[in-house]
Amino acid sequence: MTNRPLRGSVPPPGDEQTPKGSGPAATSARAPGTALSAAAGTAVRGGGAGPVPVKSRQAGAARPGSGVGSGVSRGAGRGLGRGPGRGAGVGRKSPLARGGWTPWLYLAPALVVLGGLLVYPVYQLGLISFLEYTQAQVSGGEPTTFQGFGNYATLFKDEQFWQVLLATVVFAAACVVSTLALGCALAVLLTRVRAVPRLALMLAALGAWATPAVTGSTVWLLLFDPDFGPVNRVLGLGDHSWTYGRYSAFALVLLEVVWCSFPFVMVTVYAGIRAVPTEVLEAASLDGASQWRIWRSVLAPMLRPILVVVTIQSVIWDFKVFTQIYVMTNGGGIAGQNLVLNVYAYQKAFASSQYGLGSAIGVVMLLMLLAVTLVYLRLLRRQGEEL
Amino acid sequence: MKLAHLSARMAAPIAALVVAGLTATACAPESSDNSGGKDEKSGTLRVWLFQEVANAPKEKVVDGVVTAFEKSHKGTKVDVQYIPVETRAEKIKAAFNDPKSAPDLIEYGNTDTAGYVKDGGLADLTEEFTDWNESKDTDPTAKQSVTVDGKIYGAPYFVGVRALYYRTDIFDELGLDVPKTQSELISTAKEIRQAKPELYGLAVGGAYTYGAMPFIWSNGGEIAQGKGGSYASAIDTAQAQKGIKAYTSLFGDDNCPAAKCAGMGGNDTVTAFASGKAGMAIGGDFSHAAIEAGKVKGKYAVVPLPGVKSGEIAPAFAGGNNLGVLNSTSHRTLAVDLMEQLAAKKTQGALFDAMGFLPTFTDVRQDVAKREPFVEPFVKTLGAGAKFVPASAAWSQIDASLVLPTMFQEIVSGRKDVAAASKDAAKKMDAAFSSAG
Repeated sequence: MTNRPLRGSVPPPGDEQTPKGSGPAATSARAPGTALSAAAGTAVRGGGAGPVPVKSRQAGAARPGSGVGSGVSRGAGRGLGRGPGRGAGVGRKSPLARGGWTPWLYLAPALVVLGGLLVYPVYQLGLISFLEYTQAQVSGGEPTTFQGFGNYATLFKDEQFWQVLLATVVFAAACVVSTLALGCALAVLLTRVRAVPRLALMLAALGAWATPAVTGSTVWLLLFDPDFGPVNRVLGLGDHSWTYGRYSAFALVLLEVVWCSFPFVMVTVYAGIRAVPTEVLEAASLDGASQWRIWRSVLAPMLRPILVVVTIQSVIWDFKVFTQIYVMTNGGGIAGQNLVLNVYAYQKAFASSQYGLGSAIGVVMLLMLLAVTLVYLRLLRRQGEEL
Repeated sequence: MKLAHLSARMAAPIAALVVAGLTATACAPESSDNSGGKDEKSGTLRVWLFQEVANAPKEKVVDGVVTAFEKSHKGTKVDVQYIPVETRAEKIKAAFNDPKSAPDLIEYGNTDTAGYVKDGGLADLTEEFTDWNESKDTDPTAKQSVTVDGKIYGAPYFVGVRALYYRTDIFDELGLDVPKTQSELISTAKEIRQAKPELYGLAVGGAYTYGAMPFIWSNGGEIAQGKGGSYASAIDTAQAQKGIKAYTSLFGDDNCPAAKCAGMGGNDTVTAFASGKAGMAIGGDFSHAAIEAGKVKGKYAVVPLPGVKSGEIAPAFAGGNNLGVLNSTSHRTLAVDLMEQLAAKKTQGALFDAMGFLPTFTDVRQDVAKREPFVEPFVKTLGAGAKFVPASAAWSQIDASLVLPTMFQEIVSGRKDVAAASKDAAKKMDAAFSSAG
């Protein structure tokens, strides 16, 4: 998890009684690119005339935004709320008693930005999900009315919702597993091959990564087109339609999703592997460990924080897949057989401006993703490893 | 991640922050006021028209009208903007949400009328439309497309209608006659497929609602019945089911294999015909350019889609666009005036010459059919009585959640029979009608 500094990489807060100026420097060096830390760093720098002790403590407080050390720093917002808790974890007195409102002052810019960009939209989403709120209400044609859990009741009573939910979970799980397996395998491969093939593989992967989802989906569809597609010609399948059957359509979309999301896993894991000291790997091979054994017993544990990040990232991405399904199965497939939650939400709610119902679906998705993430982190912690 | 550590120490400031956030912003999502009110007699009139694929000829016609309008209305300036068709829904919703930057006059798709009226976006122009001296020649279906609950919300701008395109060369080669009834149409389609298995006999699509509707209407079925805002689905009546059966019988290896055709929409069938992959297709007057640009140029003809009995024409869906004045306008009189100029007989005639848009006035349409024989089958189809979708705000919901395509696809893929699928569709439609009114 990004809000936890790697063990040993950062001294615990409080023992940083460094002279004026090193606080901000430490912050910015440890948290490259994270919005929270960068903003907090600026705040600290801006308040350069403040009293030295408070300031150095503040530098500690701002640190939890820093990443796992790999330079991957998506989801900067995860540091919200925890930072001050850790930073202030020195004493048990109330912030006021310690004169501790100053940290909050310094954090304010970052909190305002996060509040505006994260908390407020989520709050509005929740609020709208309890209202009858369609285009007629937005443009003032009809008054907005409070529905209680009406939108949720409509949603949960729709049996199609449950089918779609199941399909989404299974499909996302398949995508995550395939993406991680392929990404990790190719990352290991990258470390094993010479410069030229490595460069070729990197370029190919980056090309796939850089391709917009709509373009990628259209190209895949064309490749598998029953009339003009080269795949059918090569395999001698005649005019077999890949999008007609439910599972073959899902499989086709899965291929595309994996194709466009494995590069992120591959590049991140590759960077992680390069940071593993060669001595360790050397020792493992001297002990006669196979490639699989090295991965399982040496690399995977050492790369754990990175793997956690890419897994959660993949779960979130694949759960929210929209473009690929929408483009490749023509808005949900034959008779809606390939609907996933996001496309369902779009069709059911947003395309016909039922924002209340759409928000209810959004809230349900948000809660599910939060739950999945929390359970996953819990499980990892229970295995004894501090991230 | 241990949330238990989130102690009271933290809770207080967070609570304070949340409270601050709530007071700083409004607690409820916004509703805008579209009531307008003022009626200024000079100033700038803002107009949004759709950006067509080749828009220059349309602009020329519109510019002519605008110049004349500005000359006859001193102190008035007209600012015309062409908005992309793909994003029109978002743009027009945004205009309803922000009346200050909204236009005074818009072009809109005629299936959106009821939805926009419910949104409170369009002004009631019943009086002005009735007083307009040209409106008496408006074709009744076109008039129906601007009418909701007996009130009129704009002026029809042009109509679009579908008919049967067929390959003259293939019909000659196989010695086939142009089908005169629905059953002949189906058997001819299968004959073509049998003689030329690389072709679809009649290209059909499971997602091609407007290509399927004539089959239902010609068998006496309806999408929905009712008046005065409350509709009830009629898609599962015996007549409608007969039509559904006729349409879905066209999916199969003997005409248009379900594996390929179940997912096709209207454009796909037209593309298949244009690229020479189909013996027949149901296409619109607006598909003409696409088909002319394809392989089949010069090898096809068009007739009205046959009905159940010989000599009958299957009722077609009357698509097209309307012009309407926004509720929020501060120049109502001027906007209505300009709307009447833009939708006038003379302008519609010029638009037909420029863009091929079929006029909404019966007499103008007959004139252009004489000038341009190609449109004759379409004009005939309209003359035989075209149909329209239910004038309910629920229609956009039914359309967006693909109720009818899902029904056709369930049947042609063998998941459900006609009775079960149409019953399910009717249930979904009724739910939409009762929630949207």
